[in-house]
Amino acid sequence: MTVSAADSIDPGVPLVTPDGRPLKLALAQATRRARIRAFALVVPLLLFVLVTFAFPIGQMLYLSIHNPVFSDHMPRLTAYLTEHPDVQVPGEEGFAALALDLADAKKNRTAGRIGTRVNYERPGSNSLFKSSARKAAKFKGPPYKEKLLEIRSDWGEPHLWNVMRRASAQHTLDFYAAALDLTHDENGDLSQVSPERRIYVRLFWRTLFLSAVIAFLCLLLGYPVAHLLATLPLRYSNLLMILVLLPFWTSLLVRTTSWIALMQSQGVINDILVTLGIVGDDGRVQMMYNQFGTIIAMTHILLPFMILPLYSVMKTIPPSYVRAARSLGATPLTAFIKVYFPQTTPGIGAGILLVFILAIGYYITPALVGGSSGQLISNQIAFHMQKSLNWSLAAALGAILLFMVILLYWVYDRLVGVDKMKLG
Amino acid sequence: MDEPTAFVEFRNVQKSYDGETLVVKDFNLAIARGEFVTMLGPSGSGKTTCLMMLAGFEPATHGEILLGGKPINDVPPHKRGIGMVFQNYALFPHMSVAENLAFPLMVRKIPAAEIEQKVSRALEMVELPEFGKRRPAQLSGGQQQRVAVARALVFDPELILMDEPLGALDKQLREQMQYEIKHLHETLGITMVYVTHDQSEALTMSDRIAVFNDGVVQQLATPSELYEKPENAFVASFIGENNRLNGAVSSVEGSVCVVDLDGGGTVRAAKVNVDGVGARASLSIRPERIELAPESGSMANEFRGRIEDLIYLGDHIRVRMSVAGTDEFIVKVRNTASRGNLKKGDEMSVGWHSEDCRALDPIEV
Repeated sequence: MTVSAADSIDPGVPLVTPDGRPLKLALAQATRRARIRAFALVVPLLLFVLVTFAFPIGQMLYLSIHNPVFSDHMPRLTAYLTEHPDVQVPGEEGFAALALDLADAKKNRTAGRIGTRVNYERPGSNSLFKSSARKAAKFKGPPYKEKLLEIRSDWGEPHLWNVMRRASAQHTLDFYAAALDLTHDENGDLSQVSPERRIYVRLFWRTLFLSAVIAFLCLLLGYPVAHLLATLPLRYSNLLMILVLLPFWTSLLVRTTSWIALMQSQGVINDILVTLGIVGDDGRVQMMYNQFGTIIAMTHILLPFMILPLYSVMKTIPPSYVRAARSLGATPLTAFIKVYFPQTTPGIGAGILLVFILAIGYYITPALVGGSSGQLISNQIAFHMQKSLNWSLAAALGAILLFMVILLYWVYDRLVGVDKMKLG
Repeated sequence: MDEPTAFVEFRNVQKSYDGETLVVKDFNLAIARGEFVTMLGPSGSGKTTCLMMLAGFEPATHGEILLGGKPINDVPPHKRGIGMVFQNYALFPHMSVAENLAFPLMVRKIPAAEIEQKVSRALEMVELPEFGKRRPAQLSGGQQQRVAVARALVFDPELILMDEPLGALDKQLREQMQYEIKHLHETLGITMVYVTHDQSEALTMSDRIAVFNDGVVQQLATPSELYEKPENAFVASFIGENNRLNGAVSSVEGSVCVVDLDGGGTVRAAKVNVDGVGARASLSIRPERIELAPESGSMANEFRGRIEDLIYLGDHIRVRMSVAGTDEFIVKVRNTASRGNLKKGDEMSVGWHSEDCRALDPIEV
């Protein structure tokens, strides 16, 4: 077959239609209308995705390396620092730029924002900038260096100048460094921050660990349920399916708070334990506001995301496979391990990946029930978005999270193959 | 010789799934060693349920199932040592063909060298020696079928069950596989229980056939007996083609009874399954036993008929006629030179012998 095909079609010569047009062109023209129409159909969705999804994410990612607060509001000092890249603590010229910029900042009420930006890397800078700006506004003229050093001796500190130099760069990787608990020391070299301030790396690890635990617990709990769903007669499995989907119809907040009602130290479970005399009234078990609470509540909330892909895979496995294995002499256990289980791996992979990725970015539940030991990285991101207003750091943390998810997806693709995954 | 004559035996077996209706009602069957028995019936007749009870996947609600003289009701499927071929082959998709074949041996903890030897022998037996490394999905339907048969045979079971194994194959392949399975049965001397709803398949392959309907075995007999001497109207209509005439018995003379047809006229028929004078009866006549325009007086039954339709089938011609009040009366005529002049609308006499016409229990449709 291949031989005759190769004989009749010479791959070097492009095929043409009887009127001499290249076949490819003729094909493109023939299907153009259909393609345009098809494209017009997806345009609204494409625009929607671009506007609501791709663009904000792109902007957020850009924000993690782009922070123009300092350079926008301290233009003279930024220019000076760019011109003199090697100067540590500058002389009068540099201080003049600083003093004039500070005076402008006072006028424009931006001293707080500039201070906050420098404060990310050098604690205490916020008040330094505010108070200095207030006073610099009243300077009548030089010598600026002397006057500024008089206000606060901090201005003579090389570290502060290093920090300002880095802050004056519009594009920087410093926020990524901060997100990995790294900072520039006195000499400007990258080093770990002091141990009591190392929170993000530990939080990333905790997020990964808790997500893994939650995904594993979901698998453990969801596998038998999915199997039941797939094998029960229709009228029972329908009811069970409704029970599985029921959580989707209740608000996430309601579900989480009901766990609080159940498990807090004055909650139902503890009351029962105390009534039964298993624990004393003063020995109530702390099940909420810690990691345990986060794991329990999130496992419950994410369970359907494990059950559904498992179910969709198990539904396609005819019972005759296990029957065949049994008739061939396999015990129920062997039939499960050798025949049933391997066929459910696409569902397991999909379920684990889905639950894990959802858990990694989970926010509301850990915020409500996690206490301090059950917080995840998303809670820190939210903190920087809403409280500290360090959006660039939030963006950097988010970008690292996104990168971890993509990495996991890549690893999964290499190990299992994404095409083998079945989500439903 | 103490060995029981029956190798597989069902004794008064009943099966109900919901506790309200019986899917299998009082099933009795004794299968001798080396026999090829087919359970034949329409879907929902209980034949597959009986096979599943024998394999151990469904518990019998009542009654005993014996294998080699021992009751096996409480033996789990993996200890019954019965090979089984499933409707969709049930080849494990995540294993290669060789791994599939090795599976029953592996779970029996047979040494690896012996497994390899048995697997290659099994592959040769089904003429697929080069296919061991392939996945089942890379095989054609017929090849998968053969692998499924080889897998059921590879651990040398004494009994093989087959649940409509050829249902998914096209007609030509099905006929070839029928022959191959029959051939394996003969060379290996193995006992086989085969389930199908295809009557020609059952007739071709079986030593004996149990015809199921409505949870009851209607008749258990050899293929020729089933076709030529059906004991009731269901078997007569299920196996092969059949003309049915309804009427009431007017007199009985030994093994022959006279039936007054509802559509007019009387017929002399073999008395098989009728209660006696006055009872309703359904007469069954095979289309090939009817003669067109017989010599007058040569046949016990003669009617006038009119040709409604002619269907040319090459080796024979199917003639649909109106006879004795029914226009669904089929006559098969051999395609000989003299038969070329049949025309639609022709009126002629038809006739048949009384022994070719069996008076059976009435079924009114």
